[in-house]
Amino acid sequence: MKFSLTWLKDYLETTASVAEICDALNAIGLEVEGVEDPAEKLAGFRIAHVLTAARHPDADKLQVLTVDAGDGQPLQVVCGAPNARAGMKGVLGLPGAVVPANGMVLRKSAIRGVESNGMMCSTRELELGDHHDGIIELPDDAPVGTSFADYNGSNPVIEVAVTPNRPDCMGVYGIARDLAAKGLGTLKPIAMPAFSANGACPVEIRTDDPEGCPAFYGRVVTGVRNGPSPDWLQARLKSAGQRPISLLVDLTNYLMLGFGRPAHVYDLAKLSGAVVARRAKDGEEVLALNEKTYTLDAEMMVIADDHGVHDIAGIMGGEHSGVLETTTDVLLEIAYFDPARIGATGRKLGLSSDARTRFERGVDPEFLDQGLDLLTGLIVDLAGGTPSEVVRAGSPPSAARVIAFDPGLTTRLGGVDVPEAEQKRILESLGFTVGADWQVTCPLRRHDIEGPADLVEEVVRIHGLDKVASVALPRVEGVARPTATPQQKLERGLRRAAAASGLNEAVTWSFLPTWAAEHFAAEGQALWVLANPISEDMKAMRPSLLPGLLMAAKRNADRGAPASRLFEIGRRYFRGGNGLSDEKPTLGIVLAGEKTPRGWQSGKAKPFDAYDAKALALLLLEAAGAPVANLMVMGEAGSQFHPGQSATLRLGPKVVLARFGVVHPATLKAFDADGPIAAVELFLDAIPAKKGAAFARPGFTPPALQAVTRDFAFLVPATVAAGDLVRAVQGADKAFITGVRVFDVFAGQGVPEGHKSIAVEVTLQPGEASFKDAELKAIAEKVVAAAAKLGGELRG
Amino acid sequence: MTDITSQTEAALAAIAAATSLDALEAERLETLGKKGWVSLALKTLGGMSPEERTAAAPAIQSARASIAEALDAKKAALESAALEEQLARETVDLTLPAAAAPKGSVHPVSQVMDELAEIFADLGFAVATGPEIEDDWHNFTALNMDETHPARAMHDTFYFPDKTGEGKDILLRTHTSPVQIRSMLDQGAPIRIIAPGRVYRSDSDATHTPMFHQVEGLVIDRDIHLGHLKWTLETFFKAFFEREDIVLRLRPSYFPFTEPSVEVDVGYSTEGGRRVVGGHGDAPGHAWMELGGSGMVNARVLEFAGLDPKEWQGFAFGLGIDRIAMLKYGMNDLRAFFDGDPRWLAHYGFSPFDQPTLSAGVGARA
Repeated sequence: MKFSLTWLKDYLETTASVAEICDALNAIGLEVEGVEDPAEKLAGFRIAHVLTAARHPDADKLQVLTVDAGDGQPLQVVCGAPNARAGMKGVLGLPGAVVPANGMVLRKSAIRGVESNGMMCSTRELELGDHHDGIIELPDDAPVGTSFADYNGSNPVIEVAVTPNRPDCMGVYGIARDLAAKGLGTLKPIAMPAFSANGACPVEIRTDDPEGCPAFYGRVVTGVRNGPSPDWLQARLKSAGQRPISLLVDLTNYLMLGFGRPAHVYDLAKLSGAVVARRAKDGEEVLALNEKTYTLDAEMMVIADDHGVHDIAGIMGGEHSGVLETTTDVLLEIAYFDPARIGATGRKLGLSSDARTRFERGVDPEFLDQGLDLLTGLIVDLAGGTPSEVVRAGSPPSAARVIAFDPGLTTRLGGVDVPEAEQKRILESLGFTVGADWQVTCPLRRHDIEGPADLVEEVVRIHGLDKVASVALPRVEGVARPTATPQQKLERGLRRAAAASGLNEAVTWSFLPTWAAEHFAAEGQALWVLANPISEDMKAMRPSLLPGLLMAAKRNADRGAPASRLFEIGRRYFRGGNGLSDEKPTLGIVLAGEKTPRGWQSGKAKPFDAYDAKALALLLLEAAGAPVANLMVMGEAGSQFHPGQSATLRLGPKVVLARFGVVHPATLKAFDADGPIAAVELFLDAIPAKKGAAFARPGFTPPALQAVTRDFAFLVPATVAAGDLVRAVQGADKAFITGVRVFDVFAGQGVPEGHKSIAVEVTLQPGEASFKDAELKAIAEKVVAAAAKLGGELRG
Repeated sequence: MTDITSQTEAALAAIAAATSLDALEAERLETLGKKGWVSLALKTLGGMSPEERTAAAPAIQSARASIAEALDAKKAALESAALEEQLARETVDLTLPAAAAPKGSVHPVSQVMDELAEIFADLGFAVATGPEIEDDWHNFTALNMDETHPARAMHDTFYFPDKTGEGKDILLRTHTSPVQIRSMLDQGAPIRIIAPGRVYRSDSDATHTPMFHQVEGLVIDRDIHLGHLKWTLETFFKAFFEREDIVLRLRPSYFPFTEPSVEVDVGYSTEGGRRVVGGHGDAPGHAWMELGGSGMVNARVLEFAGLDPKEWQGFAFGLGIDRIAMLKYGMNDLRAFFDGDPRWLAHYGFSPFDQPTLSAGVGARA
């Protein structure tokens, strides 16, 4: 909401400076978003009297003027304007002044050899209008030497953000009232115009939907002359950011901006029959003043006559009955609409307007007659015409809210002591009535006041929030107690473990292009897809953390990054019960580009492989406290992974803790990324929580005797998984075998076709006594037998 | 006698002249070896009478001792020379690069969330979470924004076409405030929580992204008032920015879920083109900057959350995490937060060992 200082002073008697007013506005909750002082732009421009005008000796189109700018000493100025002549008064820009239109700094200069001490200005140069075919001509009584800014009455314009709970401040008068309550001056009573009404209103007015339109008041004015508004009115509207249209329209806007009260003016010639506030019929159309046609439905209010809709009630008038230059007779409308219905209609139509903004937040139900009279008075005064009596259909809400207020609440809730008398003064200055027993009656325009807390806010914001002193929260005795949940601790720990293992944490969008989300969706998974995405690239909620990281890795590669080692901890979005979401905490990793660059030691650059992914998966699962030793490496990592170079890590056959591997070439293609790329996804919700662990570890009991190791090399069918062989060997003698480690895998020369050689180092831990040769032999035989069950054959 | 003396002298000379361990070994065999002359001479002692032995032994023993000592010394010298020679051969060029280990990093948003958790834990706040795909009851209605509330329109909400089992609209939460409702419904009062997390608005320009991070704070107890809110935010910002000259300005504002509602501004100055938090906003060279919204929880919200407003009251606040991260650590482009560029992540990210702690100061300096 923008308004000029002059406009404010129409309603507020004040000597406060602009700075004081702005401070006060901020303090009471009308946030100042900007102050524009046209006087600043016009600094250095003065009213000057042209004393003489003569042809420039060297240029046909230029004149050499002598002007009096009030300094007593006439100045010589070169001027190209055809209307410059001796005796006229105009505006002189002195050296040092900046021309508002182009930012040019004026200087004393020589134009074609003749000294010039400034510039006589056009309205366009001063951004006051579009005239540029001559310099500004001021009336003869314009005071020479005065600052043109002062003379022109250009005055500072303040823009405030009015919060949606304060429609009463969507008019300058309301702002003046708040400022007066703050002590910035005295609120002037509204000056009601004097005019005499002649005869009953010739138009029938009705409201057929008292719920949507409880009150509809009207009045006819005949014999008006429409046309451009007078300059002062145009200036007012422009200061408020409104474009002047025509006198009649401008006057409704003037009422709206001045008092927050929208009204509408119909061309009476375009109406026929009764003018009715009613629900629209489904499918009914109206061409609105913005030249767009809207199709309405029965939930919307309209103003219509026998022929059809003339107005989307409370939002925008219709083109058909809008006033024109030629309009002579008008019907004025002032109505009260149900705020909720206006809001719903506006949202449905996607139609915003100044009227809607005010109606949907709630206009003053007590201001219909007054508003109509103010508008009538302005019309009669400026456009002439004869007004009829008012015709009223329905009545606006009139039940004032009464709140039983305990002034002590101001201290208890607001944290500041305000004497009761001051609380009473504040409330009364805002229009509340305070009874002797602190029954507070609210003005009807304050739709936002619902209970005692609202009154505390009124008192505190006017008294000053700066007077609220800080008070420490009570704290529990001693050191603060830990508050993090196991899940939070898990995520915090994993984040730092992942970063410590060389990964950069990324945060990527929760939403993906639909194709990318679908590519990673599980079989039969119904994605969450936005109805109103900001773009097609941000449409479907991610079912995996990998697509976002893949896209980041691709961007990085496109930027020439040799490698991306990215991880993210975030949620995957699934369907839960009862139509709600199920959001699963997840850690995703993407390893793209060069694992190691080419090097003098390492040779060629090496890409990431599935074992890099596996190492990270296990490292992080271990950091997360998962029982890593018990995990099974199984398949089914998903179709986005290389089928032969990916796996899942499971706790039992069903609980998948992680998937990892090399990304499928088809996935790389879909994401337009170069491979190989390795990836990991840890499903944090599947990791079992540590149960009731104590601080104390179990006692440390290292075995008394040293372990021994024995190596075995087995020839196994190529299809046998090393992990299965290890598990078989591990299980060969549970008492003594404490470790089995693969140290060589070989196929090729010396190994029969379809086979491979796997060499394992078996650690044997003796118990009470050292192993005897026979015992070692027996264990070895068990190991060989276990391997034999998998088709393994001990190599010689 | 003279025999032994001259033989010893010769042997010592040979030892001294030896240039290799092999030559030295040969000399050892010749002297102290089984058939070496010293050993043989020692053996002769056995056949002597005690008197002869007494006369002959010292010379032989002394020869043995001096030769053994010379052998040992020479051996050590030769070995040391050999080692030196070997080491000289093993010299490597240590100006060559060692294999580099990749350096990981923690994202500034996570780091700041950890800082928040650490500071607020000291004030007795737990960290609460809630779903990001919310229903409109938790996101709006229970926060005193019914369907017709104009404030709903200000939220630029992302909607899903789906409905809950009860027919409620489903949307992406526009703020972390629904976590207030869930926490109060779950835990009742008294309660002190912060709720950091992702929030979504259909808004995108230089300073807005459709996804960003907020932290909600909520304190409900019997006698909490605006003064406590002010203290809590002041105390937080002092700890967060690790400076004592934080000055907050509260301005009246409007949020449907608080009453009274206040906007929180912090004083700052501009140094080297960057905003530096601290000082009074009205002081020369200073100004005020909006940090977030807050207020006393609206009685209706308490009722929606199952609390009796006659018994309980308290405050809530919401801050932009990305924004305070930018203010503290100097990032200037919000969109870069979500790009995953390793250069940016390395530049603005944090070492995994910068775990915020109160004793070390929660912030990590550049």
